[in-house]
Amino acid sequence: MVAKGKIVWISGPAVKAGGMSEAKMYETVEVGEDKLVGEIIRLTGDVAFVQVYESTSNLKPGEPVIGTGEPLSVTCGPGMMGTIYDGLQRPLDAIAKKSGAFMARGISVPPISKDKKWRFIPAIKKGDKVAPGTVLGIVNETPLVEHKIMAPPNFAGGIVDLVVKEGDYNIEEAVVSVRVDGKKEDLKMYHTWPVRRGRPFAERHDPDIPLITGQRVIDTFFPMMKGGTGAIPGGFGTGKTVTLHQVASWANSKVVIHVGCGERGNEMTEVLIKFPELIDPTSGRPLMERTLLVANTSNMPVAAREASIYTGVTMAEYYRDMGHDVVLVADSTSRWAEALREISGRLEEMPAEEGYPSYLASRLAEFYERAGRVQCLGSPDRAGSVTLIGAVSPSGADFTEPVTTHTTRFIKTFWALDTRLAYSRHYPAINWMTSYSAYVLNADKWWAENVDKERTKLRVEAYSILQREDVLKEIVRLLGPEALPDEEKLILDVARMLKEGYLQQSAYDEVDTYCSTTKQVKLLKIFVDFYKEALNALRGGAPLSAIRSLPVIAKIIRARFEISEKDLNRIDGLYEEMVKSIKALTAKEVPAVAQ
Amino acid sequence: MPSKTVGGIEYSKVAEIKGPLLILEGVTRAAFDELVEIETPAGEKRLGRVLEIGGGRAVIQVFEGTTGLSVSGTKTKFLGKTMDVPVSAELLGRVFDGLGRPLDGLPEPVGEDFRDVNGQPINPERRDYPTDFIQTGVSVIDGMNTLVRGQKLPIFSGAGLPHNMLAAQIARQATVAGGGEEFAVVFAAIGVQSSEARFFRRSLEESGAIKRSALFLNLADDPAIERVITPRVALTVAEYLAFDLDMHVLVIITDMTNYAEALREISAAREEVPGRKGYPGYLYTDLATIYERAGRIKGKKGSITQMPVLSMPSDDITHPIPDLTGYITEGQIVLARDLYRKEIYPPIGVLSCLSRLMKDGIGKGKTREDHPEIANQLYASYARAQELRALAEIVGRAGLVGTDLKYLEFGDMFEQKFLKQGTEENRTLEDTFSITWDILSVMPENELTKIRQDYINKYRKKS
Repeated sequence: MVAKGKIVWISGPAVKAGGMSEAKMYETVEVGEDKLVGEIIRLTGDVAFVQVYESTSNLKPGEPVIGTGEPLSVTCGPGMMGTIYDGLQRPLDAIAKKSGAFMARGISVPPISKDKKWRFIPAIKKGDKVAPGTVLGIVNETPLVEHKIMAPPNFAGGIVDLVVKEGDYNIEEAVVSVRVDGKKEDLKMYHTWPVRRGRPFAERHDPDIPLITGQRVIDTFFPMMKGGTGAIPGGFGTGKTVTLHQVASWANSKVVIHVGCGERGNEMTEVLIKFPELIDPTSGRPLMERTLLVANTSNMPVAAREASIYTGVTMAEYYRDMGHDVVLVADSTSRWAEALREISGRLEEMPAEEGYPSYLASRLAEFYERAGRVQCLGSPDRAGSVTLIGAVSPSGADFTEPVTTHTTRFIKTFWALDTRLAYSRHYPAINWMTSYSAYVLNADKWWAENVDKERTKLRVEAYSILQREDVLKEIVRLLGPEALPDEEKLILDVARMLKEGYLQQSAYDEVDTYCSTTKQVKLLKIFVDFYKEALNALRGGAPLSAIRSLPVIAKIIRARFEISEKDLNRIDGLYEEMVKSIKALTAKEVPAVAQ
Repeated sequence: MPSKTVGGIEYSKVAEIKGPLLILEGVTRAAFDELVEIETPAGEKRLGRVLEIGGGRAVIQVFEGTTGLSVSGTKTKFLGKTMDVPVSAELLGRVFDGLGRPLDGLPEPVGEDFRDVNGQPINPERRDYPTDFIQTGVSVIDGMNTLVRGQKLPIFSGAGLPHNMLAAQIARQATVAGGGEEFAVVFAAIGVQSSEARFFRRSLEESGAIKRSALFLNLADDPAIERVITPRVALTVAEYLAFDLDMHVLVIITDMTNYAEALREISAAREEVPGRKGYPGYLYTDLATIYERAGRIKGKKGSITQMPVLSMPSDDITHPIPDLTGYITEGQIVLARDLYRKEIYPPIGVLSCLSRLMKDGIGKGKTREDHPEIANQLYASYARAQELRALAEIVGRAGLVGTDLKYLEFGDMFEQKFLKQGTEENRTLEDTFSITWDILSVMPENELTKIRQDYINKYRKKS
């Protein structure tokens, strides 16, 4: 029995409907004659409080509200990759085909094409057992993403009665028939799943494989793991979006889901236009073949913004369940929190800090807990991961505001963007003193085993130079640089080289935009050993001014964009040149002091 | 959007009047957001719209204010539609009030169409990414914060700073390289002094741009609540000019701070839970419904470039209005009081400025191959110069040596030669690049670490 009621009150995205005693919490409803999509968020007597996902302009009391009996859900099946969705999983291109360049209301379009034929390759045969999550067959969704068709996680389980032959089918055709308790049940290539419930899995794994992003400051100093959580807070103009785009572009995950939540329209357009042109460094294929977008821009209805985060993470879990590594970037969780605040305000709930509802922290916790590397349900054995990275837009760039402070409680990696660094065009403006990653040691282990044994030592030494500079900077601010002895001035110099030549990375430079693990280690070694060699020379009597005017310094700093991945051996040549030119400074004088 | 309500229903049972709000009872047929005509006891007609409706109660926001309304004797007529404005090419060359009614003594324009002032969001899938360089003739903008067609780039200013002079200069000088297509200008004044509105009008008249301009004026002494509609009226007209008539439109809105204050006034009257500094929690979303009405659409020739001006209360960039604006717009131009005191025009505090769309509008084939790198170098070097200036104030110039002194020299040249220019001075891009290399060449080659060696060899000036 579905609820059928009438609108009694309207204020912005909030609508009250009477006569709704049959309605359930979080059930989706059709609001008004235009059938706008809404969701029930409170029930009082027979009055349902509905948040409407579309503009309520021109809606009037007395119009019908009809329940659907279903919670807000996503449709999981082949055809999602490369699509741009709104917060309710409606493909934006399909909406545009119906309503043109501007968004109209009440448009109903299927999330994935019901007509498109997919080549289904069966993975099971008659007589096999089917449990929740069992892989029924495989569809090559894009050249990059192998889409595993799975039994739904809430499927009762049974014995296969019939499997179709390999061939082309649309998603509405039954591909497997299963006997469940003597009854026959057909399975199709898709199923639906409610967005506010995490998809189940067998067990959690520890995150011990780093997510390589090709961004030096992240991979070297503040690493992210597959299945990890991270936040990237920063005032406007500090480059949150660019940094997230960089991670989404270059991370070595199988699938990327980009949730644009209350942000700029042009940013989504940029992804749509650039990603088909950008080439994945590992596969050589366009990035768009592994990317999925959820766009609910700042001027689109605010309630759908609240839903978009859940829509995105549910789709991420679906690809995880296939055994893929998925990265979800959400830009920005602050706008999502503001959507919560706006709806909460209309519900006249008692506000906590800055008008945000008291359940802000628990909602954030629920969201970030949906990250993780897991053992998937069903056979065959497979593990997948969801990495969650959320941008935070603190008001007034003040990191003590509620969304930032609550977020830090539930994440492990914190990339703090610094307005002052951004002003001097130090990008990515990740502050190396206030950022942190709880994964550093796990990552060290992986790097030592897979890239270079020496790398942990280099990382520690480079970071200690930066730390010492941070202390010395205070002295310089009071007394001027000339007050320092030469050895400490050298630290300032090398720290500056590290900042310009290693920490900074240009997203827009063809070469610099992505830095492989090998290049990262080779570059880091030059800086660390430059410091050692220069210190030796200084102690051996070479004047600091002579070291400072070495032409090799500018070459080292420019190496990040002048030396491409193809000729990394040029870095070795540069290394030789560096050692030779410093040694030459003391050659005529006393021999260098061994360290 | 087609109207579903039958218009013309009248109600006169007023329950309450508070601030800008009129609350009616016994309302049986009204829609959310519906336009209402209000007749005062004296017979004057005003406009309002429905903010909340239910249980027979309608909360109406009166644009011209509630002064003179009374509980008895006030009549209202629900018009059965949301607020719309007539749009046509005839609006160019005309001057209107903040609700789109003629102020120039000429008759109401005949609309080709009527459009809802709230507009509808552009489908992100149908947006076209802005990449066409706009030459403004202002070095610091063209060189370091390039504007592109379809961008929204606000000017953050402070009381008494010459933001309107700068906005007017850009409106006069803006051209697209090699294009020859001129911008139509839509100007929305929100609560500004009449002298400022006159200055703008004169500036457009003198340059002849007035013929392709439409002006919407809500002046400081006009009703405050009208201010929440003025930018929407202007942008509705701009959308028609851009996406129906294929024009490139530059929209200048000044001053957005007055807009946000009107919004706060309504929110307070409705007793809503406030966010920061008493502004409503939905300020961000509300501002976005204005700023996001800029851009380009695939398959359409026209574009909307937005340049909103806002004054930062107490020059505070972290105040909610500039703060939330910066999160929505594609960069910002920030005016700095210390430069203004040094009599540098335009007093643009370049380190806090940004143009997010610059990267795709410049470089090889667009402006010049070295443009991205020299812009970066200017930023980095000027930031360093500023750092050293602060240091020199403590330890004295004598405490600095060698390269550091070169940086100080660079900082002065940057401000005096690159930044400073006349209000009528329209610099070509070549001029801007030439000045850039003049001042960069002061620095030792080793310090130009943001620029690749090839470009240094090609462009660096040898003394």
